Amino acid sequence: MSGMIIKGKTGDWEVVCGLEIHCQIISKSKIFSGASTHYGSDVNQNVSFVDAGMPGMLPTLNEECVRQAVKTGFGLNAKINKYSAFARKNYFYADLPQGYQITQFKYPIVGEGFVKIELEDGSTKDIGVERLHIEQDAAKSIHDISPTKTFIDLNRAGVGLMEIVTKPDFRSPEEAGAFLRKLRSIVRYLGSCDGNMDEGSMRCDASISVRPVGSKELRPRAEVKNVNSVKFAMQAIDFEARRQVELYESGGTMQQQTCQFNQATGQTKFLRFKEFSDDYRYFPEPDLPPLVLSDEFIEDIKKNLIELPDAKKERFVKELGLTAYDASVICENKEMAEFFERAAQGHDAKKVANWLMGDFFAMLNEKKLSLEESPISAENLGKLVELITQNVINGKTAKDVFAIMAETGKAPEVIVEEKGLKQVTDTSAIEKIVDDVIAANPDNVASYKAGKTNLLGWFVGQVMKQSSGKANPGIVNQILKQKLG
Amino acid sequence: MSIDAQTVKKIAFLSHLKIDEDKIDATKEEFNKILQWVDQLKEVDTEQVEPLVSVNDGTLDMRKDEVTEGNQAEAILANAPMQEYGYFAVPKVVE
Amino acid sequence: MTDLTELTIAEAKKGLSKKEFSAVELTTSYINNMQAKHKLNAFVKETPELALQQAAASQSKIDSGLGGELEGIPLGIKDLFCTKGVDTTACSQILKGFVPPYESTVTSKLLSAGANFLGKLNLDEFAMGGSNETSAFGPVINPWSKEVPLVPGGSSGGSAAAVAANMCAAATGTDTGGSIRQPSAFCGVTGIKPTYGRCSRYGIIAFASSLDQAGPIAKTVEDCAIMLKVMSGHDAKDATSAKIAVPDFTKVLGQSIKGMRVGIPKEYRVPSLNEEVASYWDKAAQMLKEQGVEIVDISLPHTKYALAVYYIIAPAEASSNLARYDGLRYGNRVEGKTLDEMYVNSRTAGFGREVKRRIMIGTYVLSAGYYDAYYLKAQKVRRLIRDDFIEAFNHCDIILTPTAPSAAFAIGDKSMQQDPINMWLNDIFTVSVSLAGLPAMSLPIGLNSKGLPLGMQLIGRAFDEESVLKAASILEKQVAFRGVK
Repeated sequence: MSGMIIKGKTGDWEVVCGLEIHCQIISKSKIFSGASTHYGSDVNQNVSFVDAGMPGMLPTLNEECVRQAVKTGFGLNAKINKYSAFARKNYFYADLPQGYQITQFKYPIVGEGFVKIELEDGSTKDIGVERLHIEQDAAKSIHDISPTKTFIDLNRAGVGLMEIVTKPDFRSPEEAGAFLRKLRSIVRYLGSCDGNMDEGSMRCDASISVRPVGSKELRPRAEVKNVNSVKFAMQAIDFEARRQVELYESGGTMQQQTCQFNQATGQTKFLRFKEFSDDYRYFPEPDLPPLVLSDEFIEDIKKNLIELPDAKKERFVKELGLTAYDASVICENKEMAEFFERAAQGHDAKKVANWLMGDFFAMLNEKKLSLEESPISAENLGKLVELITQNVINGKTAKDVFAIMAETGKAPEVIVEEKGLKQVTDTSAIEKIVDDVIAANPDNVASYKAGKTNLLGWFVGQVMKQSSGKANPGIVNQILKQKLG
Repeated sequence: MSIDAQTVKKIAFLSHLKIDEDKIDATKEEFNKILQWVDQLKEVDTEQVEPLVSVNDGTLDMRKDEVTEGNQAEAILANAPMQEYGYFAVPKVVE
Repeated sequence: MTDLTELTIAEAKKGLSKKEFSAVELTTSYINNMQAKHKLNAFVKETPELALQQAAASQSKIDSGLGGELEGIPLGIKDLFCTKGVDTTACSQILKGFVPPYESTVTSKLLSAGANFLGKLNLDEFAMGGSNETSAFGPVINPWSKEVPLVPGGSSGGSAAAVAANMCAAATGTDTGGSIRQPSAFCGVTGIKPTYGRCSRYGIIAFASSLDQAGPIAKTVEDCAIMLKVMSGHDAKDATSAKIAVPDFTKVLGQSIKGMRVGIPKEYRVPSLNEEVASYWDKAAQMLKEQGVEIVDISLPHTKYALAVYYIIAPAEASSNLARYDGLRYGNRVEGKTLDEMYVNSRTAGFGREVKRRIMIGTYVLSAGYYDAYYLKAQKVRRLIRDDFIEAFNHCDIILTPTAPSAAFAIGDKSMQQDPINMWLNDIFTVSVSLAGLPAMSLPIGLNSKGLPLGMQLIGRAFDEESVLKAASILEKQVAFRGVK
């Protein structure tokens, strides 16, 4: 049970939440025009006459945006609709040049699906996806250049968006957070969206209501707009749910409303009630006939679909023996999963995973490096694990070798060779050191023989010290036990 | 169906058009007359009829993902009633 | 030498190629005539210098034998077509001063074929009207006017009047519910609305996207065929343009129509049908019969609902298409304290009465709670209307009807001004064809007792403009109509 229970004065409450996520589609040109989608160009440079809503201009559909939506549909385990249609959503706003947004209404390109989320307690939950549809992004209003005017830059107007709508399946902020991370991972795997919430290429609205535990009713909801990080989404859900419980318990009633999230305070703020300005007068877009996808088009995308995080994770568990937790951590990021696979190739995958998630992550963190910037290549990490497995070096030496690898980027076998770190596995050489240690410490030998067997560790330490850490600890142990009787 | 003054105001609001208070009644009358006239459609049985969205029987063609337009800010802004620093300018929008 | 402006395109082409006169001479004659007839108010923007430049260029092309199909032919362009560098206003205050940085597909095809543009022609504001009286530039006067000034019809009133008065060799028009055919009938000229999808809508200021279609208005059937051939063709920039080869429409002209079945729809004998119009209708049928056609009685049972359907669908689409005129990016702005105020002020001042009326009707029929009762219902009846034609064409090859129930009426006619529905009733014979997307032509059939021209309409199957033009060319010969003097 991963749901959040809010303990109220009158009883226990649960939160009911659904998400709407807008993902900017990765494509060279805009969804309905040939202007570039490049982010960060000079003002109004990536604008076609279509994007500017000039008189007589007509939209034409970009195939890549359709491909990306279908691909993402597969990533959401969803039904791909061969027939879909565009519609106009009519409203006036400075950042909407046509006076309407071209979107999909009655016939979205992707229908129902689900996303499996993993929760901290190790449990999983399927979150229902209602639909995915494609539409055009709005322009950008800039309010902070002039005190009396708002400026409009049309560069973003018409960039393709996928809007993903979930069912109201979330019962806690954690579940919503896990979903957003998972969705981000899926779109990044697929290359359909870069998933950068802070740059606004992935934006989230949350619909939140509460109800007494045990009740099945759906109460009026608050729509919190534009929460642009996973953390903020979780904060917004938590705050808004508690606010609504308090409202109900103090005798108040909820009315469907739109709220804003304040990042500084972590609180939601009332914006407006649903009113008739929300009458969007959707109707079929007469400039675009219905979109009918051929079986070949859909099959071609399916055939070339890359392995998605869930499938990869399952394979890592089944074939490479990773724990479910390790596999899901490694698979959250496609580049990380690929790095791991390269490192584990021909080596002990579980050990590679341990090194990756332990020392390796810590090293990247400490050096503030991204995976691509890592001084240690996947191949070298694999070789290091292999040296341990083959008893060429022991665990302690391996840590030292890893540290040198992180500094120099050298291959582990080269470091071991240069520094003479190969561990001693020659029994006679170890026997000689053991004999010396026993001879030099008669008191401790006596104590050991009298029953103080925990002194064995001390003897091992002495032998290791004499061998400059190169003796194989297993063999040392074995010989000591034998000699001490 | 017939509409009231409130509806006329709502429609004007949605249309972003202003109707002077003293014209609302006349507009309402005119609207009701037109609506009464189109109400003749009610007598047509359309139970089994699919709506016709377009006479065009074709389906939508898709365009290759290529950048074919842009770098024409001057042309985009050429007709702007007000522009500053390469932006379109409007009265301050307060959210 | 005869007045060059009385020549048809076909005749002018011959004269030019035989060097009987130059392109500059031809254009100069038209410019003189255009300027002599200012009081008709047909042109809202004259571009004589541009026309002369183009004529000079045309002449050198003709001299080197490289002339296009319309090389050196001076045309007038309805001010709904965007023309690069030349004011394009849709005859609305809101587009005052708008200079498009792009050329519509149809006009660029005409330019490529060598046509010279004399200027932009008057029309009902945003093509909404049947009398040209809603134009922000004031009404056009029908050149057939006697004691009182008569309307030229609409919305392509400027186009029809200019052709009738020899102010241009031919003109472009657009037809949404009858806007080419009805003014052609009122002005005693010939005009064809081709099948929806035949001409690209790219760069034509949109009124009702699912109905708008460009076509020529000219002196003769042959000239219409020459113009239409150049104007037609698939355009990747318009997703609704048809991928159907364009035949040489001139080839069928004058061919025998023996055995062709001509349908006479009984539902078109409406009470408002003027007696003289009715008798010309019979006469036209008789003329065709004498040429060997078979006259067939047909039924188009949903005819009486066409106007109501049209006045739901067209305003609905228009309300959305005209949302872009907000004073932000182009056109006339009326300042306000807030953005919304600026929008409302600009739109309220910029649009005329009929346009506002239609925007509001359109907004209403799309708004929540009314969509199903009006818009959806209209779309359903639209299908029935189209199905009527499909069924009728099982029994006939073309359909013959009057173009309008009466001849041109006086400017400022009281009954039309008082009740918009009376004005809309002028479209009674033309809207069904528009709703069904079929090709239809209007040609003069004779004069009424007051000496005013009346028109007949020939309707064809989708993309069968050839049958329409063929029959029209035969009927035209029988009628031997003489233009205004």
